[in-house]
Amino acid sequence: MSGADDPTPNKPDPGSTHRDTRGKNADRPGMPGPAPEERPHPEGRRNSQGIRIDPAVEAEHEPRRATISALVEDEPGVLSRVSGLVSRRQFNIESLTVGPTTVEGHSRITMVVEESDPGIDQIEKQLAKLKPVISVGELHDDAVSAELVLLKVRGEEPDKVHAITEMYGGQTLDAGPRTITVQLTGDEQKIDDAIDAFEQFGIIEIARTGQTALSRGDTQTVPGEEPGTSGEPTSHATDVGETTQQPYHDP
Amino acid sequence: MTTRDEPTDSEETAAATGSADAGEPTHEPPSDAATDGGTAAAEADAAEETTEAAATRTPTTGAESVIAALEAAGAETAFGVQGGAIMPVYDALYASSVHHVTMAHEQGAAHAADAYGVVSGETGVCLATSGPGATNLVTGIADASMDSDALLALTGQVPTELVGNDAFQETDTIGVTAPVTKHNYFASGTDTVGDTVGEAFAYAETGRPGPTLVDLPKDVTLGETDRTPKPPEPPAGAEVDPEADPDAVERAARVIEDAERPLCLFGGGVIKSDAADQACRFAHDHGIPVTTTMPGIGSFPENDPLSLSWAGMHGTGYANMAITHTDCLIAVGTRFDDRLTGGIETFAPEAEVIHIDIDPAEISKNVHADHPLIGDAGSVLEQLIAAIDDDPDAEAWRDRCADWKEEYPMTYAMPEDEPLKPQFVVEAFDEATDDDTIVTTGVGQHQMWAAQFWTYTEPRTWVSSHGLGTMGYGVPAAVGARLAADTAGDTDRDVVCFDGDGSFLMTIQELSVAVREDLDITFAVLNNEYIGMVRQWQDAFFEGRHMASEYEWMPEFDKLAEAFGAKGWAVSEYDAVADTIEAALAYDGPSVIDFRIDPAENVYPMVPSGGANGKFALSEEQL
Ligand SMILES: Cc1ncc(C[n+]2csc(CCOP(=O)(O)OP(=O)(O)O)c2C)c(N)n1
Repeated sequence: MSGADDPTPNKPDPGSTHRDTRGKNADRPGMPGPAPEERPHPEGRRNSQGIRIDPAVEAEHEPRRATISALVEDEPGVLSRVSGLVSRRQFNIESLTVGPTTVEGHSRITMVVEESDPGIDQIEKQLAKLKPVISVGELHDDAVSAELVLLKVRGEEPDKVHAITEMYGGQTLDAGPRTITVQLTGDEQKIDDAIDAFEQFGIIEIARTGQTALSRGDTQTVPGEEPGTSGEPTSHATDVGETTQQPYHDP
Repeated sequence: MTTRDEPTDSEETAAATGSADAGEPTHEPPSDAATDGGTAAAEADAAEETTEAAATRTPTTGAESVIAALEAAGAETAFGVQGGAIMPVYDALYASSVHHVTMAHEQGAAHAADAYGVVSGETGVCLATSGPGATNLVTGIADASMDSDALLALTGQVPTELVGNDAFQETDTIGVTAPVTKHNYFASGTDTVGDTVGEAFAYAETGRPGPTLVDLPKDVTLGETDRTPKPPEPPAGAEVDPEADPDAVERAARVIEDAERPLCLFGGGVIKSDAADQACRFAHDHGIPVTTTMPGIGSFPENDPLSLSWAGMHGTGYANMAITHTDCLIAVGTRFDDRLTGGIETFAPEAEVIHIDIDPAEISKNVHADHPLIGDAGSVLEQLIAAIDDDPDAEAWRDRCADWKEEYPMTYAMPEDEPLKPQFVVEAFDEATDDDTIVTTGVGQHQMWAAQFWTYTEPRTWVSSHGLGTMGYGVPAAVGARLAADTAGDTDRDVVCFDGDGSFLMTIQELSVAVREDLDITFAVLNNEYIGMVRQWQDAFFEGRHMASEYEWMPEFDKLAEAFGAKGWAVSEYDAVADTIEAALAYDGPSVIDFRIDPAENVYPMVPSGGANGKFALSEEQL
C-alpha cells in the first residue's frame, strides 16, 4: 500500500491536465436538504453598519464631523502607531495635531474626523487599545478649538493685505517687496473666511496646523484627565466601553 | 511516542561537565559568573531584587536578562532559527531551562509557537534574527493577530548605532510588525531589556490575547548588566475588569428569558477564557441551542443534543438556519468575521444581539450589539447564569433546530466509480482516535472537511488558521501542538495534521524538525493535486477555468516523508484507509499518509461570500 509499490516514475501526466471537474460537479447531487428557495427566510434586515432596521425606513448613520482628543505617552513611534491605525482602518481624518502637555512624557493628539457615529465609536475604541494611549474622548460641540495658519500672499498691495490681516486679528510675520506672510489663528469658520478674503491677493503658499481643541469650562477634555504638573501623572483611564455606545443606540 | 523528559544537550553539558569543564567559558551558567566576578555589593543588590518568580541567577548581559525574563514568565519552550543579530540571545539560551526547538523556517517557528500557545493556554515564544529572520516571522505573527493568540516574538536587530543606516540584515521590524502586533517594543537599554521582555510576554496574554514583539539590538543584548528583571507584568491599564456592568447583565437576562428562539454563538474567546464549562452550563441550564464559530470549535461538545455545530460559510445547514431565524443571539467571544456572518444585511436579521466580549472595540464593530457585556467570557457567563430567573420558553425552537438537523444532514456520497472521499478519511481518523486528540490543518477544502466531519468535544483540540487563512499552518502547528502536549506530560495524546497537498508543500520542510525531535505526529495529506478550494470557486464562479489551480504534478509524499526520515504511506482505496490509519497512529514518530482523494470533491454547504447564511448552497447548481 506504500507508494513505493508503484514502479512508474512520478512524472507529470499530460492527460491529467484540465480535468473537467466542473462538469463532474454540476452532475453531482450535492448534500441533501431543501434548496435555498424552498426554505423560509426572515423578513428582517440589517443595514451595512450591522444595525437592525425597518426595511421601509433604511436608516444609516450619516457621517458627521467630530473632534477626538487623545492623551498619549510620548514614546517613540506613537504618532506612527496612531496614523497607521487611522489609515489601516480607513478612518476618514481631516487633521491631526500633536504636542506636549504639562505632564512630562505625555502628549495630546487632537484629531478631526468625518465619520458616522459607529465609525467615531470605533476610532475611539481602537485608539484606546493602543498601548501608549492613556485616554480618549470625543469633544462636545461647545469645545474651544483653534488652528494656526501661515499665509504667503503677493506683496503688491501691502495696505490692503494689512487691513485684512487686522480685520481677522492676524499678525504680519514678514513683509517684503514681493511677498507678505501673515499668521492667523481661530476656529474653522474664521480661518475659512480669512482664507477667502486673502484669495484676492493671490495666495502663494499656505501652511496649516489643523484644529486643536480643549473642552470648555470644568469638563475634562479626555475621560479621567486630571490637571497635572510635571512629574505628576494624569490618571490612567482607558475604559471607553459602554458609555460611548449610547449615542446611536436607537437607530 | 515522544517525550521531552530527557535532558537537552545544553542541560546535559551543564550537568555533566559542570561549568569549570565546559568547553567555552562563555557557556558557564551565569550564576557562577556572577559569583566569580561580581562584587559583594552587586550580589547583595541582586539578592534583594530577586523575587520568587524570577530566576535564581543574576544575569550578566542583556541577553541573559532576556532569558531570565522568559524563565520568570514560565516559558518552557521556544521555537526559532539562529542568526547574527540574535546570537547573543541564543547563547544565553545555552544554559537555560527553556527548551529550544530549531525550526526549518521562521514562519514555522511562529506557527509552532502560536499552536503551542493554543494548546497550552500560555504565551508561545518564537525567536528570529534581524532582517529576513524577522520578515519570515511576519506571516505567523499576522496569523496570531487575526486569531487573537498569545505569542511573543523576539527578533534580533542590528546594533542601535547602525539602525537607520540600511545595515546588513536591517529591517524596520517595528514598522513592519506594528499593524500585526498588539504592541511591539524596541529594546532601548541593557538594564531594562529583561523588564521589557517580561512585560511583552505578560501583555500578549492579558485581556484579549494577541502577539507582541521585542526587537533586540545586538548592543543591547551583548551589553553588561547585573539587574534581575522585574517579574513579568502587563503594562499599566492593560488589565480588564472581568465582570460586565451588572445592570447591563440584568437587562440581557430579561431579554433571554423573554426570547422564543434563543441561540448561543460561542467564539474563540470562550476557549481563550477557559470558559467551556461555563458555556456548557449556560446552554444546559436554560435549554438554549448552541452554534460555534470556527475558532470556537471545541468550546461546546458537538455530540451534545443542543449542539448545532459551527456556522458560517461552510458551516452546517442547521447552524446557518438557526442563526438566520433566532430572535436572541447570545454571542460570546466572537468578532463577527465576514466568513461567519455572510452579508451583514441578512445576518441574524431578527435577533436582539447580546454580545459578550473582553475587547470593547469588538462591540458593534460589524454587528450592532443591543446588549454589550464587556468582560471575560467565563465571568460574564457566570453573571448571566446567576441573573436568569426563568428559562426561555424555547421548546418549539429546540424542536425546530432538531428538525433542521434532520433536514440538512452532513453526509456525503461514496459512489463506486468515484475516487476516495476525503470526508471518509476524516471520519475514519476521528473513529480511530480519542476525544482529546489535537487536530491541526492547513487552509483550503481539507481544512473544512476536517472541521465538518470530525466531532470535536473538547477545547484546545482544534488548532487551525482562521482569520488569516494561512496555507502551510498545519505542519508547524502540529510540531507546536505536539511539544505543548508533551511538555504537559500528555505524551499519549494524539496529534493529527490534516493538510492539503498545496498547503503541505508550503511548510513541508518542518517535517525535518518532527523527525529530528522525534515527534509523534500523524500527517494526513488529503491530496487532490489541486489548489482545491480555488478550483471549487473557479468551477462555481469562473466558468471552470482552472487558472493556476492545478498542480498537474505532485511529488510522492510518502516517499518524500521517507526521505525526511519519517514513515510514509500512500492510500487510494477505501479498504486500506482504516488499517493505514492504525499503522500510522501506532508508529512512534512522525508519519505521513498521502491520501489520493477525489479531485472533484467540493465542500458543502456553502454560503457564497457576502450571501445570506440561510441561503447556503448544497450543490454547485445552487450557487
Ligand atoms: C499562503 C496562502 N496563499 C494562498 C492562499 C489562497 N488559497 C486558499 S485555499 C487555497 C488552496 C489550498 O490548496 P490545498 O492546500 O491543496 O488544499 P485543498 O483546498 O486542495 O484542500 C489557496 C491557494 C492562502 N489561503 N494562503
